[in-house]
Amino acid sequence: MNATGWPNWRRLNQEGIVFAIAILLFAAAALGLPGFLTADNLVAIVRSVSVLGILALGMAVVIIGRGIDLSAVAIMAMSVAWYLQLLNTGTSDGLAFVYVLAGVLAIGLLNGFLVAYADVPAIFVTLATGSFVFGYVRSQLITQDAVPVPGGHWVELLGGIRFLDIPIEVFVFAGLAFLVFLFLRYTKWGRFIYFAGDNPVAARNIGVPVRPMLVLRYVLSAFVALIAGLLTAASLHSINTRIVNSTLLYDIVLVAVIGGIGLSGGRGGVRNVLVGAALIGILLNAMTIIDIPLLYQNLIKAAILLGAIIVDGIINPRDEQTAQQGDI
Amino acid sequence: MKLLRTLMAAATALAVTAFVAPSFAADDPGPAAYAKSLNGKRVMLVPLAMGFDLAQGWAHYLKKEVEAWGGTFETRDPNWVVDAGAQAITDAIASDTRPDVLIIHAPDLNSYSKLMKKAQAAGTYVLLVDNPANFPADAFVGSDWDKLGQLEAEAAIKGCGENSSKKIGLVQGDQANSSSLYQYAGIMKVLEKHPDFQVVAKPDSNWDATTSRNVTTTMLQQHPDICSIIDFWDGDATGASAAIRDAKLDGKVFLVTTGGGEKAADCDKLVDGTYGAVVMTDLARQSGDMNAIIKFLLQSGQPAGTSHTYIYTLEKATTKADLKPDSCWDLKALQAEAAAK
Repeated sequence: MNATGWPNWRRLNQEGIVFAIAILLFAAAALGLPGFLTADNLVAIVRSVSVLGILALGMAVVIIGRGIDLSAVAIMAMSVAWYLQLLNTGTSDGLAFVYVLAGVLAIGLLNGFLVAYADVPAIFVTLATGSFVFGYVRSQLITQDAVPVPGGHWVELLGGIRFLDIPIEVFVFAGLAFLVFLFLRYTKWGRFIYFAGDNPVAARNIGVPVRPMLVLRYVLSAFVALIAGLLTAASLHSINTRIVNSTLLYDIVLVAVIGGIGLSGGRGGVRNVLVGAALIGILLNAMTIIDIPLLYQNLIKAAILLGAIIVDGIINPRDEQTAQQGDI
Repeated sequence: MKLLRTLMAAATALAVTAFVAPSFAADDPGPAAYAKSLNGKRVMLVPLAMGFDLAQGWAHYLKKEVEAWGGTFETRDPNWVVDAGAQAITDAIASDTRPDVLIIHAPDLNSYSKLMKKAQAAGTYVLLVDNPANFPADAFVGSDWDKLGQLEAEAAIKGCGENSSKKIGLVQGDQANSSSLYQYAGIMKVLEKHPDFQVVAKPDSNWDATTSRNVTTTMLQQHPDICSIIDFWDGDATGASAAIRDAKLDGKVFLVTTGGGEKAADCDKLVDGTYGAVVMTDLARQSGDMNAIIKFLLQSGQPAGTSHTYIYTLEKATTKADLKPDSCWDLKALQAEAAAK
């Protein structure tokens, strides 16, 4: 990547490779599949990856700062499940929302505090808090896996909002992507995230508040997860906590990493998330139109992702710096 | 003649004695034998998870009965994780308080086969509930999924009507779970008899509502004239219904699904028109069947693993038109009842 932020095509990186694959797939599907290149289908593609993309934005911010948040899906599902449960049992909307916001903030702070000040590796902290959030909410606060949205509630109305026939998720995804882009590129703290992710010790030596910023990233990630959960409930009129057991978490990491955000931190940005989400969205949509069974879908998805990683490994061999620090 | 007279006299005497001795007449040997065989017996339910309507309903009805006949009833919650279920079964077999009856809700055709064999070898009767498996359990209690699929297909055909596009879309579960595989087989059987109807797409939801929504959205865009969709479980059919709603095809696409007949999950959604028809399992009766076979096995004296009974629950496709007040059971009411105790 050069200074202007556009890919340098002479030195193709993973983002470029994945982008090229996405374009190829798109072209092939547009030519070969009837009904692929319609406005409705294109909107459906973006919509199908909106929630995934929103979660990946939160994950990207954490990964760029050389961390990872494995509690994202648990926070997403359980915060909203608890919120809806509170509403269903008669708690007033305002109070219920305050409880949930406080809970989400607390988990984000706990994640950040344990990683930043107790020096526990992020992968263990967030794995544990994710399990804790799921276990506690599932066993103590809600009575069953699926919690419905009360009829006529604003979450239900949110799901019905359309501008130009485009569902609200798409706008929220676009808006959040733009905000995160502005944050990472044009704010002081956004730039600091790259410094801290690239070399935390050096960042600290030049006076970057590395630890408070770490906490901030996990809090941000938790709030992004809450937004993703609310949008899911808005569309389905219920939230099913079973999603915590699904492969969604890996898909989030995948979208970020496949787009070219290195797990060693300090690299990548919003564009990488968009490229990763585009590939996954086009791939899944095309396979659904062709009516490929789920087993083969997973196989094809995995093969393409593996291929992209291998090609990246050949074109961009691990450098001295990564070899010394290691990935997470 | 003398002999006859003597015999008659003896018979009369005997009859009178029998009639007079009240303790003999009132003493039905049944309850004592029943209590002897059943008292203190342990029944354990290992569903796919405790957090959904079927498992909570079974647990409610079973607990009530088992405790009434002096047994103990326990559940384990693997929370949809196959390994956790295997661990729960292994622990149960090895523990000092090994259950006498193990009720297993199998996640797929094969995962627990070895463990169930082990349980039977240890002397525990194994009941399979809801999902069949490749294992000769002492009894299978649940849906005949093939038949259930046939009912769904018939409901879909009826929902479409004669003057429709006759295009049907399926949202399958996955390609491993017996309930999904057999349901598909049943649907196809009926559609073979109606060659004018065709399945235009059959994606999998992997039992996830968001996936169901995404695949249904694509399906409706490719075939906007679909007249009916069959989603293989009410747990994810909320996704298919969201896609239909988003495509503004409410009332035009007849959504058929299947479920445990819980009020909020099924009947309420028939009333508000989300679902066109639901093939519902009569959960109270299914739990009753389980209870009956448990009581039979425990009294039979026959060793575990020697009987192989199939008890299929009566299924019925219910539409808004034939809803009755007792068509569904109410999980909230059961929970309130449990909390009141």
